[in-house]
Amino acid sequence: MSSEVEAAHGGHGRAEAHHPALAHHFESLAAQKEAAGLGMWVFIAQEVMFFGGLFAAYTIYRALYPEAFARASHHLDVTLGAVNTGVLICSSLTMAMAVHAAALGKRRQIVGWLLLTVLLGSAFLGIKVVEYTDKFHHHLVPGPHFDGAALGLAGQDAQRAQIYYSLYFGMTGLHALHMIIGIPILLALAWLARRGRYGAAYYTPVELTGLYWHFVDIIWIFLFPLLYLIA
Amino acid sequence: MSEHVVSPKVYVAVFVALLVLTGVTVAAARQDFGALNAVIALAIAAIKASLVVLFFMHVKYSPRLVWLVVAGSVFCLLLLIGGTLHDYVSRGWLGAPHM
Repeated sequence: MSSEVEAAHGGHGRAEAHHPALAHHFESLAAQKEAAGLGMWVFIAQEVMFFGGLFAAYTIYRALYPEAFARASHHLDVTLGAVNTGVLICSSLTMAMAVHAAALGKRRQIVGWLLLTVLLGSAFLGIKVVEYTDKFHHHLVPGPHFDGAALGLAGQDAQRAQIYYSLYFGMTGLHALHMIIGIPILLALAWLARRGRYGAAYYTPVELTGLYWHFVDIIWIFLFPLLYLIA
Repeated sequence: MSEHVVSPKVYVAVFVALLVLTGVTVAAARQDFGALNAVIALAIAAIKASLVVLFFMHVKYSPRLVWLVVAGSVFCLLLLIGGTLHDYVSRGWLGAPHM
């Protein structure tokens, strides 16, 4: 950027204009951050609609087959689901603390909180693996080997329970996929934070990843009562 | 988005509230309120989601445009679910086939 152009812009924040993270088409880091935040929120709005289709399907089928859904849901482990809800809420707190540490420019703390978030996210996925394994053992995975015997259901009721388990795997699977995508992003952020990429003046990637992580938490906040607590 | 730095005390308070509400939703599910069970579960989930959005996601301290996007996404979600549901619910009224 030439000094002429800078002069045309009124010579605002000269020191800021030299920040390596500032793209040339933004007037200031603050404007850049606001635009990035808005972009992330539009992405999240799109994600709401993405999950929304599954929530709509769930609502319709639960309204049509309430008994089969209650019976099928009874097989889920409420304790594991509740513990996982707690684990995910903890990970949201550590994520919020990572963003907080970034806003204060405390680099070592950013790394620590991010790694703690990764640990809690992995714990959540680990518990999910235990739960999925149980469903495989009891032939509750939708498909040709689905068997309603574990639920005490046969015939049409077993078919309806299969719809419940299709939604269960579809919704929790898509949620888990979001976490599987989120964890490497958190690790990359931790690595970059360790190298000193983020400070109080610029930590937008940490903040936006935080928005993503909290959004994934919100999806689970709805999935837990809808899938586990209807028996 | 905003330069407002939220105190960790606020985060911890929200965190505790989220854990307590998780306990409440599990306890409420064990009682039989009939059709109200689903309403109570969704109401608690909505309160928890609002806490996360307002404080963890900083929307409370964000520009109006962010508020607009958040409200817009909730509105579109309600249109999606409400629009689909009103079709299914009203089928019985006109004697149309249910499935």
